[in-house]
Amino acid sequence: MNWLFSNFDMVVELTLNHVRLSIIPIIAGFVIAVPLGRLAATGRAARGVIITSTSLLYTIPSLPLFVILPAIIGTKVLSDTNLIVALSIYAVAIMVRAAADAFSSVSVDVKQASLAMGYSKWQQFWRVEFPLAGPVLLAGMRVVSVSTIALVSVGVLIGSENLGYLFFNGKQRGLLEEVVTGIVASLLIALVFDLVLVLLGRILLPWSRKDRTRRSADSETVSLTVTTGGAA
Amino acid sequence: MNLFVNAFLWIFDPANWTPGSQSPLPIQDRLGEHLLYTFIAVLIAAAIALPLGFYIGHTGKGRQFVISFTGAMRALPTIGVLVFLTMVLGYSLVGTTANFLGTMIALVLLAIPSILAGAYSGLESVDRQTIDASRASGMTEMQILTRVEIPLSLPLIIGGLRAGVLQVIATVTIASYVGLGGLGRIISSGIGLNDYDEILGGAILVTILALLVDGVFALIQRLTATPGVGGAVETGRTRLRRRASGPLATVGTPIHEGNGP
Amino acid sequence: MIEFRSVSKRFPDGTLAVDDFSIVIPSRQTTVFVGSSGSGKTTLLRMINRMVDPTAGQVVIDGDDVAKENPVQLRRRIGYVMQNGGLLPHRRIVDNVATVPVLRGVPRGEAREHALELLDTVGLDRSLATKYPRQLSGGQQQRVGVARALAADPNILLMDEPFGAVDPIVRLELQRELKRLQKDLDKTVVFVTHDIDEAFALADQVVIFRTGGIVAQVGTPSEVLGNPADEFVASFIGADRGQRQLHLEPRNPETGQVMVVDASGRPAGLLSDDESRASTGAASPS
Repeated sequence: MNWLFSNFDMVVELTLNHVRLSIIPIIAGFVIAVPLGRLAATGRAARGVIITSTSLLYTIPSLPLFVILPAIIGTKVLSDTNLIVALSIYAVAIMVRAAADAFSSVSVDVKQASLAMGYSKWQQFWRVEFPLAGPVLLAGMRVVSVSTIALVSVGVLIGSENLGYLFFNGKQRGLLEEVVTGIVASLLIALVFDLVLVLLGRILLPWSRKDRTRRSADSETVSLTVTTGGAA
Repeated sequence: MNLFVNAFLWIFDPANWTPGSQSPLPIQDRLGEHLLYTFIAVLIAAAIALPLGFYIGHTGKGRQFVISFTGAMRALPTIGVLVFLTMVLGYSLVGTTANFLGTMIALVLLAIPSILAGAYSGLESVDRQTIDASRASGMTEMQILTRVEIPLSLPLIIGGLRAGVLQVIATVTIASYVGLGGLGRIISSGIGLNDYDEILGGAILVTILALLVDGVFALIQRLTATPGVGGAVETGRTRLRRRASGPLATVGTPIHEGNGP
Repeated sequence: MIEFRSVSKRFPDGTLAVDDFSIVIPSRQTTVFVGSSGSGKTTLLRMINRMVDPTAGQVVIDGDDVAKENPVQLRRRIGYVMQNGGLLPHRRIVDNVATVPVLRGVPRGEAREHALELLDTVGLDRSLATKYPRQLSGGQQQRVGVARALAADPNILLMDEPFGAVDPIVRLELQRELKRLQKDLDKTVVFVTHDIDEAFALADQVVIFRTGGIVAQVGTPSEVLGNPADEFVASFIGADRGQRQLHLEPRNPETGQVMVVDASGRPAGLLSDDESRASTGAASPS
């Protein structure tokens, strides 16, 4: 533990930077993916186009994306913006699919009933579809969160300052403790983020916990996609 | 776009394909390494994950454990695991061996969750009634597995493999930083030389490789979809089933997991 | 002959599905288990081919306790038809029908040949043989399910709400077919349903269940209808609400038809020509 004590300030600083680099893509992923996912849930064709194109983006390995992106959008390879944009692309790619599944999982009967009661399309989206898609959206966000936090450390290869620094510095100096510190800190961030998301779910979606058995048919299979990344 | 032109010029420059040229060249050697590492890692991962996934999917035992376990695995930062393993093995092994072995173990560990998820969720997606009827007709458990469950869930099983393979391809790129070969060497050497044509060329090569492999798997997935499933006539039930299994079909491909790319 | 000897079933979660159930199911007849959901009738049916094992008691077929048999071998000689067919979606119809013979080692070609004959038996066109289950209608799938169950030429045919998911017209047709088959093939049929009319239509022997696998009454349809054991049975078969109290309306002078109505005056049918000529005044078909 000696190394950790004498370098505590640096670890804290790297951790905070890691958190900062993760949060923006996670939020961007949600904000961009929800409308796209809703659009994808409208029909087979829309789904095909949107899901296929985003999953193609997701197929691009991270390091190549980090260095290709500057050639397309003119960022500097070494800038944080570059890393954040790249991670946001991945976040969107994961989240779009989850969002499409989430909106498809909303019962057709409920949607019909809400229209029949006189909700406008817009009200229907905000007051019926969006909340009902909540559990699956949440499961998707948990995957996005875990994945983004783990990916941030790859950014160190293009000069970003985050916990990934500890891996290479530790390797060069032969300090296993430094490497382990980096891994543990990264896992801790993932864990805290996950707990926050779960807590948000409890607060915002209190109804979704009760009828777990009934929903499970749909939502469990859907979230399988997703929960596999869940618990950190 | 000029940058891309230069990068492609770099890729197609015959000098970069000349055998025996200075490392990290020639390109075909790095490509060969990349594919070889990927193949070995996925083979080992599949040998572990498929039987386990079949067991869990067939019996329903240990499902919760696997979900938590794979979730935790995905939270691990790839590079950290890579560095950690090579260092730990380095205490007792020669440097190059430790690097190779450590990287391989890391790759195998990273590929397992996707393959496992594809296998068990594939089996879970098979209609319970179909399995029940097969058992009632007098199939043994092994016959149910090999004649009903696996054929019916093959696209999802392949989907899991597809995700695992892509993840390994991505991670091999990073593995060059611990001194292993593969296309990542081209990028890292480019970064060292500050040669953006080489960096971008290497990045494009990895991307094309990933997209091609992904395409091949997509094709296999389509071919292995059994003809009777998703056929012409849809009854209410089958439509329901498809809705339930539709999202599942994504298990494999998409979330190529945690720190995938 | 199938005997249930003091059979009970408690599931691991503690629910008692069946409590001390005994009955003799005669050979070459149709016995129908009828009751609402949760009455344990399906659990009992599945004990015969050991899809469920009782926690107490014995199930005996022709003197042999099924618990002593290898379940896989046992199932291969008992036909089983379930709701929605339970067909293998990735196999063609002919191969679905040939499943069990192939499992028993019959060469595939021979099994397919026999499967085609079975399609005739259940009234399906042979041209369907190369289709996949999903390309067939619900009623057709159900017929395939019956053909598959008959493929190993079993003495016993277990049918678990086999016609529950098809529309009423197809259901009546399938019931008629089953009666014809039963007359030709002479199997021991055990049939589970929650539809009392279906039970009366098919049964030689009816077993009416209460919740928890308790028998309310056993008898032929006419015995049950003529003399319901208690209020539960009367209510279950609809006797208490007048649905079974039929009488004849006066002959319609224009058409010459006699309408049969129930206690509340709702039409239940027409008296067929021959009988209406023969009978005079009010008669109760029960």
